[in-house]
Amino acid sequence: MSEFAIQARNVVKKFGAFTAIEGINLNVEKGSIYGFLGPNGCGKSTTIRVLTGLLSPTSGEVDVLGLKIPKQSELLRLKIGYMTQKFSLYDDLTVEENLQFIGQIFGMPNHDLRQRLDQQLRTYGLDQRRKQRVGGMSGGQKQRLSLAAATMHNPELLFLDEPTSAVDPENRREFWEQLFDLSDQGTTILITTHYMDEAERCHRLAIMESGFIRADGEPERLMAEMGVNIVEVKAPALRTLKEKLLLRTEVRSAAQLGVRLRVLIHNHVDNPIQWLRQQFPELTQSEMNIARPSLEDVFVTVTGEGRQ
Amino acid sequence: MIQSLVRMKAIMMKEIRQLSRDRITFGMVVMIPLIQLLLFGFAINTDVRDIPVAVVDQSQSAAGRVLTESVRVTQVVNITQRYATPQEAEQAIQDGLVRAALILPADLTQRMAQGRVLGQWIVDGSDTMISGAIKALQNMPLTDFDFEIKPQTHKTFEVALFYNPSQRSAVNIVPGLLGVILTMTMILFTSAAIVRERERGNLELLITTPIHSLELMIAKIVPYIFVGLIQVVIILGLGHFIFGVPINGALSQILLGTLLFISASLTLGLVISTIAITQLQAMQMTVFILLPSILLSGFMFPYEAMPIAAQWISEVLPATHFMRLIRGIVLRGADLVDLWRDTLWLAGFTILGLIVASKRFKKSLD
Repeated sequence: MSEFAIQARNVVKKFGAFTAIEGINLNVEKGSIYGFLGPNGCGKSTTIRVLTGLLSPTSGEVDVLGLKIPKQSELLRLKIGYMTQKFSLYDDLTVEENLQFIGQIFGMPNHDLRQRLDQQLRTYGLDQRRKQRVGGMSGGQKQRLSLAAATMHNPELLFLDEPTSAVDPENRREFWEQLFDLSDQGTTILITTHYMDEAERCHRLAIMESGFIRADGEPERLMAEMGVNIVEVKAPALRTLKEKLLLRTEVRSAAQLGVRLRVLIHNHVDNPIQWLRQQFPELTQSEMNIARPSLEDVFVTVTGEGRQ
Repeated sequence: MIQSLVRMKAIMMKEIRQLSRDRITFGMVVMIPLIQLLLFGFAINTDVRDIPVAVVDQSQSAAGRVLTESVRVTQVVNITQRYATPQEAEQAIQDGLVRAALILPADLTQRMAQGRVLGQWIVDGSDTMISGAIKALQNMPLTDFDFEIKPQTHKTFEVALFYNPSQRSAVNIVPGLLGVILTMTMILFTSAAIVRERERGNLELLITTPIHSLELMIAKIVPYIFVGLIQVVIILGLGHFIFGVPINGALSQILLGTLLFISASLTLGLVISTIAITQLQAMQMTVFILLPSILLSGFMFPYEAMPIAAQWISEVLPATHFMRLIRGIVLRGADLVDLWRDTLWLAGFTILGLIVASKRFKKSLD
């Protein structure tokens, strides 16, 4: 057995003339939480669907849990859990009925199913709502139910497609606690997101844009290896300043954060604050600090080409 | 005022754009009137012709042959079978092979000379249009004879109406209605079955589970079989106790026959379900099947009264076969073995439908 839960080599998926993903290479270690970060339409969902065997790749090799995909995808179904982007359980069934349905589809014996159901309801804080119909529940509750359903049969590998898009920050935090619990128990998790703070929680991360993986690695390393220094500038007339800054090749990007401008400067400029003061006389009196890089900076640095 | 027109124009343009992009709906806009008009035009033909009948000529005489020939040239009937005994002819009527039989007795020549009634028609009277057409032959003039026959004082033939002697149309309509109502509800229920899962987003989850296509298809139709059986009990119960429809066949045969038809209709619905993208499209396709099932299945007009092209379409519809089956069982006391052609056809249709539906339903999003 390899130590990788997912291995993909040069995976391409085309829909007619449109190339959704191009030359994807992936190695996802067992037991890790692997994140796909990228804007909507960058190919995150397509990648997940190819990895789960829902879509056949146009070319390339996919190996998930030692199975050749899409050829052996029927065998894979028993070993994976999948939480779709859109809520996909039944609104007209109760919480309990939905979980029971999933358990039965996965062929769990009655006794195990009942035990597992109780356990899942407790883990995901749904035991008070077991008789409630799903239709009237909040985004957070539905999301917990989806996760409970996706993990009902103790899958080795869990695919989560933008699981937190319809959820408030507090529920998101709690959700991640549950993901870390699952990861601790040995479940490999592949999750897509367009939230930076979420991506930062992953063990490893791939940044996707227009069908390509632009960068991948541990979030800290990505931030460290970005090749830019970050200066936060507090000055008046930030909009015009930004325009001027972006004309310089040394400036990778600039983004306004309230009264500050966050400027990414290539690290071949030795002392960026001094450089700014020299180049832009209006900044001589301004307050400037070097800031810690964030994932958003990484994202901005590696992407930005080929956005439609 | 102008602004209001501009706003309305915006809505109209949007509506037309959406309509032209929904290819199935757009197709139905053209196909429904086109096909239905043709069907109606062909099917509404109350001139019944070419009723399949049998002849039992016990006289074996020249007069018998001439008489048979003059019945044939009326074109009302089409002589498809010849039997030696009236018993065989009755069995053929029960089996639905022929609608009527003409029995010419051994003393035919003698009867001619004496001006008595020449023979007897035994008729499956369940369809009043058929029995009406045969009854019209009762007083047919005899002109084809080159020898003298005594002019009749009254009728040429005696007519015996089996199964529905009092000529009440309810007797024929109620079992037929069973077919129409089951077609309507069964196809409608299942045609939406897969589409609904897709529309609500449940399908993506379902296809990542270990369930097989065929398992899914079978599991989707089984609950509706019971829905169908409830409808059968209601329709036949009311028909029997309120409209006095006789139930001559065995209940077990009725049960088996309707089960066959329900399964066939449900699988047809499933096939639609794998083609349609929205529930509305599924509904439109159901109507597309439903109208010919009402018009061409023999429910409204006798099969024999339809032109050949309409009969071909009619043969494809499960409803046609069920009409024959259920009328045969309920009214004539036949069983599934007697009506083996229709039994076999419905069973084959169901199996084929299940295979097509599960082949069409791929467990992928490609």
